[in-house]
Amino acid sequence: MATQLAVTHYSQPWHQRVLELLGHILKYFVLIVLAVSFLLPFYWMVSSAVKDDAQVYVVPPIWFPNPQFWENFWNAWNSETFNLWTFNTVVRYAIPATVGVVLSSSLVAYSFSRIEWKGRNALFAVVLATMMIPDWVRLVPLFVIFRKLGWINTFNPLVVPQFFGSAFFIFLLRQFFMALPLELSDAARIDGASELRIFLRVILPLSKAALAVVGLFTFMNAWNDYLGPLIYINQEHKWVLTLGVGRLRGAVYEIGNTKLAYPWLMAVSSLITLPVFLAFFFAQRSFIEGISLTGLKG
Amino acid sequence: MIALRRSFPATSREWRNFLLGVAFASPWIIGFLGFTLYPVGSALYYSFTRYDLVRDPVWIGVQNYVAFADDPDFKLVAGNTLWWVLISSPLGVLSAFLMALLLNSRIILRSFFRSIFFFPAIVPVVVTAFVWIFLLNIQYGAINSTLQSMGFKTIPFISSPDLMKWSLVVIHMWSQGAAMVIFLATLQDVPKSLYEAATVDGANALRRMWNITVPMVSPIILFNLVISFISGFQYFTLPWIMTQGGPSRSAEFYAIYLYRNAFQWFRMGKASALAWVLFVLILLFTYLIFRTSGRFVYYAGAAR
Repeated sequence: MATQLAVTHYSQPWHQRVLELLGHILKYFVLIVLAVSFLLPFYWMVSSAVKDDAQVYVVPPIWFPNPQFWENFWNAWNSETFNLWTFNTVVRYAIPATVGVVLSSSLVAYSFSRIEWKGRNALFAVVLATMMIPDWVRLVPLFVIFRKLGWINTFNPLVVPQFFGSAFFIFLLRQFFMALPLELSDAARIDGASELRIFLRVILPLSKAALAVVGLFTFMNAWNDYLGPLIYINQEHKWVLTLGVGRLRGAVYEIGNTKLAYPWLMAVSSLITLPVFLAFFFAQRSFIEGISLTGLKG
Repeated sequence: MIALRRSFPATSREWRNFLLGVAFASPWIIGFLGFTLYPVGSALYYSFTRYDLVRDPVWIGVQNYVAFADDPDFKLVAGNTLWWVLISSPLGVLSAFLMALLLNSRIILRSFFRSIFFFPAIVPVVVTAFVWIFLLNIQYGAINSTLQSMGFKTIPFISSPDLMKWSLVVIHMWSQGAAMVIFLATLQDVPKSLYEAATVDGANALRRMWNITVPMVSPIILFNLVISFISGFQYFTLPWIMTQGGPSRSAEFYAIYLYRNAFQWFRMGKASALAWVLFVLILLFTYLIFRTSGRFVYYAGAAR
């Protein structure tokens, strides 16, 4: 680093070089302080998960619990029906939602990017405009409709709308499809391929990365969703993880509670963060590129 | 639509493409009609009614809206929400911008630091809430225990109405990963030649920052700010899980009040009126930002 500095700025007077060095030191100082303060909450979460009650209510706080109670993870997880709630979250919500969003949004994005038709751009402007409509405006009537359909306490209100495209992901995929050369479609058309065939056989295989981003984001949104299940699902055996964790929180405030509320709460929090962490760790590029893609034409 | 009619009838190829285009877009078109346009419209209707889900809606005209004028609850949550939007959005965008600037400068381990700054943005909100409660709690929160052990007074971060909103602002600034990544992508697109030319002309780092970086990313500042305003007006999950709007209703934001009216008290008419006021507020805010932004935002390639 230092040699590089010296080479590129050899013509500068010495005091400027000192200033720049100081700037570098300051920069790394800020970076490290920030990084630590970003990580600290997570470290606090995991380290508190292996404490017992006595280690929680201690001044100063214990950052390196000793002894560690690793069984907290097991006990906390089994203190409620978290297995069932995980099943509900993944199989009954996240997976169908992901399938729905990927299928419908890619189909619609194809129409808005690779078929030339009258009124297309006007309608796409409407797609973008819908992103400004607050969900809260639709919530009451949707609740009324779903209630009439007998869908309260089912996953339909959370899953079915996903099969009708999501403005944000239509936008994201459209950006991606537009960047693919038009000659690809033209060549297939000359060969007599139908539009659906071009979509399925030419465009989709080339868009695996973008589709993965959409799938990943949708899955994570479902995994993290709290408001949707809060409104539509009241029966405990149909809860999702986020609602179940919320219930442990109630235990914290029970007087005379001996269930090790905070360590267990932190243990379960760590466990439901773990899949998010792993997904991020292995698919970091997808996350970052997916988000930058939506910002490009902002 | 009129323009559309005039340009038809067109060639059969155009017709074919039109039908194909509509067919491919039909999931969204149907969804838009059923899950957006109809609900937004019927919310407007409900907002002129008294409706408790059990009995049919009763038309009461503009009563729901008029009642807001001397509803202390409405004023409280509207005030809290305006405070939240005006304070948290600019600070959140600033936080994202500064993090992106740091990451864009010549540093080692860039992607490592980027991951750390980004991660809080994708953690489940439930987890964010619990971890921060456990950090900020007055008795056994990590921060207050540390302060106490060093002989300082404890700070009621989330148990004092004066501090609660500020604590939420800090958490908000901590989870700006998405906006940061968008800034970073934009910063990397700023032509290096601009900086080189400025350096040759003797511009120092601060000037380069103010006269090159800020104008070049100003459209993205606007973009992030608008996104942040829109979601700020709808802020719900974090304050709901942390304190259900407390302490002393200091974090009772508009959406929390709306949720209570709709799903705890089943005042669907009033909730719909609240929702429509929110909608209009968001439209108004967005319009005003775009109207006034012309002076501050630089679009490369646009005639000025």
